Amino acid sequence: MALTTNSGAASLTGGRLTRDAIGVLAILAVAVLGYFLFPNNLALLTRITAIALLVLSLDLVTGYCGVATLGHAALFGAGAYGAGIAAAHFGITDPIAMLAAGILAGALAGLVSGAVVLRAHGLPQLVLSIAIIHLAHEAANKASGWTGGSDGLAGITPDALLGHWQFDLWGRTAYVFGIVLLVLAFVILRQIVRSPFGMLCRGIRQDPVRVRAMGGSVHGTLVKMYAISGAVAGAGGALNAISTQVVGLDSLSFTLSAEALVMLVLGGTGSLYGALIGTAAFMWFEDVVSAANPFHWLTIVGALLIAVVLFAPKGLYGSLAAVFERRGRKAP
Amino acid sequence: MSAIFDVRNLKKMFGGLAVTNDVSLAMAPGDRVALIGPNGAGKTTFVNLVTGNLLPDSGSVTLAGEDVTRLGPTPRVRRGLVRSFQVTRLFSEMTPEEHVALAILQREGRSGGMFSSHRAMPEVMDETHALLSRLGIAHLARHPVSEIAYGQQRLLELALALALKPRVLLLDEPAAGVPQSDTARIEQAIADLPADLAVLMIEHDMDLVFRFAKRVVVLAAGEIIFDGSPDAVTKDARVRQAYLGSYADARSVA
Ligand SMILES: Nc1ncnc2c1ncn2[C@@H]1O[C@H](COP(=O)(O)OP(=O)(O)OP(=O)(O)O)[C@@H](O)[C@H]1O
Ligand SMILES: [Mg+2]
Repeated sequence: MALTTNSGAASLTGGRLTRDAIGVLAILAVAVLGYFLFPNNLALLTRITAIALLVLSLDLVTGYCGVATLGHAALFGAGAYGAGIAAAHFGITDPIAMLAAGILAGALAGLVSGAVVLRAHGLPQLVLSIAIIHLAHEAANKASGWTGGSDGLAGITPDALLGHWQFDLWGRTAYVFGIVLLVLAFVILRQIVRSPFGMLCRGIRQDPVRVRAMGGSVHGTLVKMYAISGAVAGAGGALNAISTQVVGLDSLSFTLSAEALVMLVLGGTGSLYGALIGTAAFMWFEDVVSAANPFHWLTIVGALLIAVVLFAPKGLYGSLAAVFERRGRKAP
Repeated sequence: MSAIFDVRNLKKMFGGLAVTNDVSLAMAPGDRVALIGPNGAGKTTFVNLVTGNLLPDSGSVTLAGEDVTRLGPTPRVRRGLVRSFQVTRLFSEMTPEEHVALAILQREGRSGGMFSSHRAMPEVMDETHALLSRLGIAHLARHPVSEIAYGQQRLLELALALALKPRVLLLDEPAAGVPQSDTARIEQAIADLPADLAVLMIEHDMDLVFRFAKRVVVLAAGEIIFDGSPDAVTKDARVRQAYLGSYADARSVA
């Protein structure tokens, strides 16, 4: 054990940067592989990328801060409608500007839902989050003049990306745009979760009383993290709006919130890799199984989940990481 | 010298039981006070009340002239009122290095930084490791707390309080659960504290109490029954009564 500590100490920041570089390379490798393996399915891959941003965002508040929520799609939906409404009603059709609108709307939604959800703890907190997503869904449904209601918001036609790349029929531009966005988000979030602020968040999850006894502000820190989380989910929503050119009420649904939580648990909470792996595994599995057996795919997904929770309670990534860590320690 | 820490007429009832009954206690900078008393006397409750972890039914807490009775724990810590816990409260998945660095950054108002890392701050790292060495746990700096022994967690608990550089320090049985071989380190760390700091220590070990304290306060059944010099405390009839009474109770329960 002493040996692993010492070698860790020697190559400290270098080791971390290398690990981040490996993470980025892994995302890019999977992205390129996806591009060539499923050239006719780029729309699905882009959707996975957008949902990955939602799950990363959920990981920030649930995995790192310990906040229980089943309403996180409110932040994603806010980003999608923010970008969509900017384009459809205000003529803001530059994709970067639409993205900015989505990020802003997501961050605002994060602030608002954070302010509500953080009033309670445990089960009441969960119930508040469910109330939020239902209220948001209903509000979007009623405000059909702005959102298109249950028909969805259409008329979103983004300009060429950076004036060069049209959003083509095959979805290549959207896919590349999404991957760039995901890599950017990943790099920024890696930095944030290991910053002093990130440590404070992990501390709050493990013992808020101790954090207060250190003079740390629990509520203020969590609200900040909620806003960041909202920005990330909002980016995902905006990506979805830009790539599909419609925004439906399903982007603001309880189902999406619950699925995001399932993906996070599947991959492993409290690690950005877990969030990414969980999303990719769930959505790929869902796609394969629903094509193979359209009638029983939900049953199969359910069985998979039970297996993961029972046999790999830390999630796919968490369990793998634990195995490697144990091996690393045993090695001389 | 005038009081930096002044508690007046503090009261707290737990379901009909007066756990803190009209307690008043003041400390000046440089004071070394031992708070002793039988189990269940209300010592920890007193610390919880003055640090804002519990709300008193009545009474006031003043810190350097400012009434902090209605403030939560966080602002009190930021004003220099720091406590340690009788039962260790640490982040089980984090390392001692992260704990102490976080406390130092918190003290300096830098814990909100999102684009920095404590490992890239030499002054924070140096201070962290100096403090961990002083308490003899530097070799554990990068092990998760869940993997280190309880006695060493107790040392970290003390390190956190020290890292905050308090003006008033309340230590709740800092040596409880620490192996005999390590109590000297705890004593030394407490003896090395800045002279102008006001320290109140709850402790059951009377040898430790006598070496540390210039003043002893005895709490029994929620009330202060003695406040005076260490020499006088052993001779006090009410104190003997309280301790004997509690032993008699303990025996009758057993
Ligand atoms: N949250 C609570 N609710 C109800 N009763 C409590 C609570 N906390 C403490 N008590 C009771 O208050 C009394 C004082 O407890 P406290 O922990 O302050 O004692 P103590 O002097 O610190 O004892 P010890 O020496 O064993 O640590 C005990 O009778 C305890 O059972
Ligand atoms: Mg106690």
